[in-house]
Amino acid sequence: MAARKKPKLAVWKFASCDGCQLSLLDCEDELLEVAGVIEIANFPEASRAVKRGPYDISLVEGSITTPHDAMRIQKVRRMSKLLITIGACATGGGIQALRNFKDIKDFVSIVYARPDYIETLTKSTPIDDHVFVDCELRGCPINKYQLLEVISALLNDRKPNIPKYSVCMECKQKGNVCVMVSKGIPCLGPVTQVGCDALCPSYQRGCFGCFGPMETPNTISMSERFGELGIKADDIIRTYRTYNSYSESFRRESEAYER
Amino acid sequence: MKDKSAKKPDKKKTKTIKVDYLARVEGEGAFNIKIKGGEVIDAKLKIFEPPRFFEAFLVGRRFDEAPDITSRICGICPIAYQMSSIQAMEAAFDVKVHPQIRALRRLFYLGEWIQSHALHVFMLHAPDFLGYEDAFQMAKDHGDLVKMALDLKKMGNDIVILIGGREIHPLSACVGGFYKVPTKRGLESLVERLKWGIEASVKTVQFVGGLTFPELAADYEFVSLRHDDEYPICEGRLVSNKGLDIAISDYDDYFEEEHVKHSTSLHAHIRARGSYFVGPLARFNLNFDRLTPLAQEQAKSVGFEPGCVNSFKSIIARAVELVYACEEALRIIQQYEMPPNAKVEVKPNGMTGYGCTEAPRGILYHRYVVDGHGIIRSATIVPPTSQNQKTIENDLFNFAQNNIEMPEDELTWRCEQVVRNYDPCISCSCHFLKLNIERIE
Repeated sequence: MAARKKPKLAVWKFASCDGCQLSLLDCEDELLEVAGVIEIANFPEASRAVKRGPYDISLVEGSITTPHDAMRIQKVRRMSKLLITIGACATGGGIQALRNFKDIKDFVSIVYARPDYIETLTKSTPIDDHVFVDCELRGCPINKYQLLEVISALLNDRKPNIPKYSVCMECKQKGNVCVMVSKGIPCLGPVTQVGCDALCPSYQRGCFGCFGPMETPNTISMSERFGELGIKADDIIRTYRTYNSYSESFRRESEAYER
Repeated sequence: MKDKSAKKPDKKKTKTIKVDYLARVEGEGAFNIKIKGGEVIDAKLKIFEPPRFFEAFLVGRRFDEAPDITSRICGICPIAYQMSSIQAMEAAFDVKVHPQIRALRRLFYLGEWIQSHALHVFMLHAPDFLGYEDAFQMAKDHGDLVKMALDLKKMGNDIVILIGGREIHPLSACVGGFYKVPTKRGLESLVERLKWGIEASVKTVQFVGGLTFPELAADYEFVSLRHDDEYPICEGRLVSNKGLDIAISDYDDYFEEEHVKHSTSLHAHIRARGSYFVGPLARFNLNFDRLTPLAQEQAKSVGFEPGCVNSFKSIIARAVELVYACEEALRIIQQYEMPPNAKVEVKPNGMTGYGCTEAPRGILYHRYVVDGHGIIRSATIVPPTSQNQKTIENDLFNFAQNNIEMPEDELTWRCEQVVRNYDPCISCSCHFLKLNIERIE
């Protein structure tokens, strides 16, 4: 990145809820400062002004679900020096990847009044199934401080500090009493990546895996524990199939209980 | 955002004004206006946001998952989804919650109104009125105003964070109450900021009231909730200025959705009557008498009275609602006592539940059929933007017709502004679509 020239930032949206790019606007205290050090060159949610590419940093939100988007992401990659995926849709296929476990043809013809108007792929897939991704930020939604960390790391030519261990680490550091041990509430914390500040256990509920699988998750043992708590197979499947259902280890584990 | 081809009229002297990717709205949309021989012949709001099939994959999920799952339809108004789904489930299972839980939900929702309105008024809508392409440009000349907007937005988000853990997809609300409720002391940390928020909102009304509004009027049917003694957010009957007055559970008898080719979002209309208008301007017009005296007085001080039919002035309605929301949030906090239990037990039954609440941009309707084991058998969700779609198209048509002599660039920008009057949330509107209950078994 050039030292003197402001780096150009673009924000791209694929199938998603807009929440992760909203995180940038939710940096209320830092937003104007960020806008001072980087050039917000293409961010349709916030501006009608569009500067042409190439861009130094592209933030990509959402998953690929249509033939058109599968082509568009290639274009985005070509225009971007660094491509950062933001959020569970972009990094894991998102909640809409629940379609991947059904036969989409039946699905569409049952559901739509006019299926012929709809163009959709059979699967919702993460961005790195299609193009090379330089850095990913997990979460449904992402943690806005991780977003600022990545932007500032890139501005300063250093590696972003994004931990990949489990939610349990943060939960213990917060001094929470374990909801699974003390109350028997099923919690995905032991297999889920940190980033949310162990919010759910802090609110007396089990983690539901917004940040997707941690680096080396032991999902087999996790599910066995769920079984011991009296959780039935259907509910174990549902537990893994939410916002990161198509991430490798969560997908394999839920499929194991389908047989 | 403009398409170069819009510049050259084709052989048949048909001129097309199009914007291929609408900015400053949530989600992916575009519009197309066709003009032939000085007459507008067609205006379409095109929504190409990929469908995400929420209503389909909700089938087979547990009832208590609906608030978390449906909140993922929209990152800007997740609480609206949580509250409409919770209300529907509780209606189905006949759950009664503690009055303080009810108050806390209202406060939670007000936080979302404040952050969403502050975002829309200043960052998404005001730049149009002042001729800036975005709030970053606006900040160079109106730094204090943008700073105030960000503080107001942050205050709304902080209400949400305090109750729900995080501002986007908060996680504390559940069918039956909350997983955990805040302490009185925790909420009191917001008191001074809300007092500031009231002042800031009053300044906002005065600021937006002084903007110049393009002319636009139509014979709209405004639809909103109406509550016996509150400005409507979570409960009430559905009413309109043309005589509609129905229970939420009768929604399907009066409204219907249609699948049109140019949109991945369904168009909703009132049976045998047509398009209608939901959102802050509808709420204001139908519930002016339920606003606080200060909010009423502020509206009047800028000449904004109920009966307004200029959709550009929805920005004033949002500002007036900011005044109301800050005052109401303060009242709730001052009267708050921690409820004895965060939630009550819920027993699912094989019933149908209906929920409708006022999202920042208008009514959001949910209907669920849940079986005796608590599994969702069918789900219908009608977000505000699909309800406004037809009205937005009509506005585009009329505005372009009335301003046909306007230079192309200006007309295009003004038409974008027409769309933004509705604060459309396109991510919401194309989660898609009707399910046939009988065929899903």
